[in-house]
Amino acid sequence: MIAFAVRRTLIGIVMLLAMVLVVFVLFFAAGNPAKDVCGKFCTPEKLKQVTKVYGYDQPISQQFGLFMKGLVVGRDYPVNDAYRAALEKSNPDLVIHCAAPCLGYSQHDASTVNADIVKYAPVTISLALYSFILWIFFGVLFGVIAAVFKGKLLDRITVGVTLVVYALPTFFIGTFLLQFVAIKWRLVPYPTYVSIADGGVAGWFSSLLLPSLTLALFYMAAYVRITRAFVLESLSEDYIRTARAKGLRTRVVLFRHGLRAALTPLISLAGLDFAALLGGAVITESVFNYQGLGLLAVTSARNSDLPVLIGLVIVAGAAVIAMNIIVDVLYAYVDPRVRLR
Amino acid sequence: MTQNSKPFLSVEALTVNFPTSDGIVHATENLTYTLERGKTLGIVGESGSGKSVSSSAILGLHHYNNAVVSGQIWLDGIDLLQLSDKEMRLKRGKDVAMIFQDPLSALHPYYRVGDQIAEAYRAHNRVTKRAARARTIEMLARVGIPQPDRRVDDYPHQFSGGMRQRVMIAMALINDPTLLIADEPTTALDVTVQAQILDLLQDLQREFDTALIMITHDLGVIAEVADDVLVMYAGRAVEYGTARALLTKPSMPYTWGLIQSVPDVTASVDKPLRPIPGSPPSLVNPPSGCAFFGRCEFSERVAGNRCAHELPKLLPIELGHSKRCHLEDTSIMYSDSAEAGVL
Repeated sequence: MIAFAVRRTLIGIVMLLAMVLVVFVLFFAAGNPAKDVCGKFCTPEKLKQVTKVYGYDQPISQQFGLFMKGLVVGRDYPVNDAYRAALEKSNPDLVIHCAAPCLGYSQHDASTVNADIVKYAPVTISLALYSFILWIFFGVLFGVIAAVFKGKLLDRITVGVTLVVYALPTFFIGTFLLQFVAIKWRLVPYPTYVSIADGGVAGWFSSLLLPSLTLALFYMAAYVRITRAFVLESLSEDYIRTARAKGLRTRVVLFRHGLRAALTPLISLAGLDFAALLGGAVITESVFNYQGLGLLAVTSARNSDLPVLIGLVIVAGAAVIAMNIIVDVLYAYVDPRVRLR
Repeated sequence: MTQNSKPFLSVEALTVNFPTSDGIVHATENLTYTLERGKTLGIVGESGSGKSVSSSAILGLHHYNNAVVSGQIWLDGIDLLQLSDKEMRLKRGKDVAMIFQDPLSALHPYYRVGDQIAEAYRAHNRVTKRAARARTIEMLARVGIPQPDRRVDDYPHQFSGGMRQRVMIAMALINDPTLLIADEPTTALDVTVQAQILDLLQDLQREFDTALIMITHDLGVIAEVADDVLVMYAGRAVEYGTARALLTKPSMPYTWGLIQSVPDVTASVDKPLRPIPGSPPSLVNPPSGCAFFGRCEFSERVAGNRCAHELPKLLPIELGHSKRCHLEDTSIMYSDSAEAGVL
C-alpha cells in the first residue's frame, strides 16, 4: 500500500511538472506579459524597462528554469539581478522574497501569487467541503431511496425533481436563494463569509449555508441519478440473487450486498468532483461575492494578471492530481480485487 | 390425500408469468413433477425454456420481481406458495438451497468467501461468529478445498472456477437443506472440473439424503446423475420420465433432437452434427398449437395438421414416462435416423 502510494505520488509529481511546463509556455509564449504588467499608459521606454526588470527579455527556457527554481527553493523579485542588487541598496523594502513553492509575483496586486491564493483559498475550501458533504449525503440518500422504490411514485417524484434542479443554472439558483430566501423572506441573514477565527464554527457554518446549497444542489441532482443507476445495476447482479437465496433479510441484502458495491464507483466520481471544486466555484462565488479562488481567477483574467492565473491553474491541477491519488488508494481499500501492485 | 403419501417435493400446475409492456411472458406453464429425498431430477431445455424460472419459484425468488406465480409447490407437506414472505425467507437457504451457474458473479466480489458462507449459516442459526467460522471451515474442508482454514479469508477472485463452485456448494449445504437446486452448476467450468463437481454433488447428496434438482442443457450431465428427467420446451414440460426411458427411448421429437445434436466423440469426423433447425417461439404470444411445431421434422406425419392448431396434452405412454406430442408411432423417429438412442 505504501509503495503504491509513493509511486503514485512520484507519477503525480511528474504529471504536475508536465502541466506546469504546458501552462507556462502557453501563457508566457503566447502573449507579451511585459505589456500586461506595463499597464494602460505604457510608453516604449517604460515597456523596455519592464521587460528587462521582470526578466521577460530572457529566453523562455531560462524563464521557465527560474520559475521552477522558485517552485522548489523560492526566489526573489524583481527578477533582473543587477536591478535587484541596486534596489537592495537604495530601497530594500521593495525587494520581495517569495518562499518555496513560489508561484510567482503579481505586479497588479503588488503581492506574491502565494499570498493571493492563501488569502482567497479559505472561502473556496470551505465552500467545497460544505457543499461536498451536503451533496454526498442527500444525493446518495435520495438516490438509494429512488432505486429501492424504482417505478413507484416516490422514485418518479425524486427523478423528476432532480431533472428540474439539474436543468436550473447555478446562477439562477444562487440569485434566487439570495434574492428571496435571504433578502425578501429574511429566512437567513444576508450571507457574508465569516471565517472560523472571526465567527467561530457556528458563524462559519451559517455564513456558508446559501452559497454551499447553491453549489450542492446541482451536484446533488446529478448524484441522485448516478447513485440510483449504480444501486439498480448492483441490485440486478447475480450476487444479490445469491444473498436472497441464502434467506437474508431484505435490509441486509439491500445495504450490505447491494449498496456496498454501488458505492465503490461513487468514490472515484466524488473525489474528482471535489477536486474540481477546489479550483474555485466561479459562478457561486460571483453571485454571493464570496472572495474565493474562482473570483480571484475572474478578476485576474480581467486584469490580464498572468502570474496569478498560472498559479491558480497549478493549484487546481495539483488538487486534481492529489485527489486522484487519494481516490486510487481508497479504491484499492474498498475493492479487494484492486490489490495494489 | 394424507401428508405421508405425498411425495417429498410435489410441484403441481406451477405457472409463472411476467407481465411486461410487450404483453405477458408465459415463462412456465402448468408444470407438474415430483421428487423424493435422495433422488435427482434433471430438468433439461434450451435457454429460455423456463427451467430456471420454475426452479427459482421453489425458493420464492419471484417475490422480488413482478412475476405472477400460481399453482402449488408442496415441500414436506407445506405449500411454499402459501407462505408469507417472512416464512419463505426462513425456509430459503435452510430447507431449500440453490447453486448458481456462474460462481464468480454469484459470489459478492467485495466480501471474503468465509464471511459469505458464514452469513448463510448465521441467517438461520443463532450462533457466535466464532462458531459460524468453525462451521464454515468444516464445510470448506468437506467440499474439498485444500487448507480451508487459510482460504476462508480469501476473496472470490482468488479462487479458480472449480474452487469457487465448491464455495457455492459449501454455502448452499451449510444448513443441511433437504432440497438442493443446482442451476447449471457445471456450465461455466472446464470439462475435467465438471466431473469433479458432479461427483462431489452426488457424494454430498448421498451423505445428507438431499433431493436434488439438476438444471442443465447438458445431456451428459443428465445421463450421469439423474434418476428422473423433465424436458422443458417454451415453458412447458414436453417429456417426463425416468432417465433410462428418456435417454434410450426419447418419444417426443424435441428430446430426440436434443439427443441427436450431442456430438459423438467416437463417431468419424465426417459425420455431420444434427442441430435442431430454427429457434424456440416467443413466450409472449405462444402459438396455439404445439410450441415445437415448425421445428419438428415429424409434424406432417400427424394427421389433420393437428400440431399447428391443437396443443398436445402431457400423456403417459408407459409407466413412468409421459410426453406432450401428437405423434403416436414414435418408431418413425428411429427408422428415419441411422442411429437411435445415441447415449
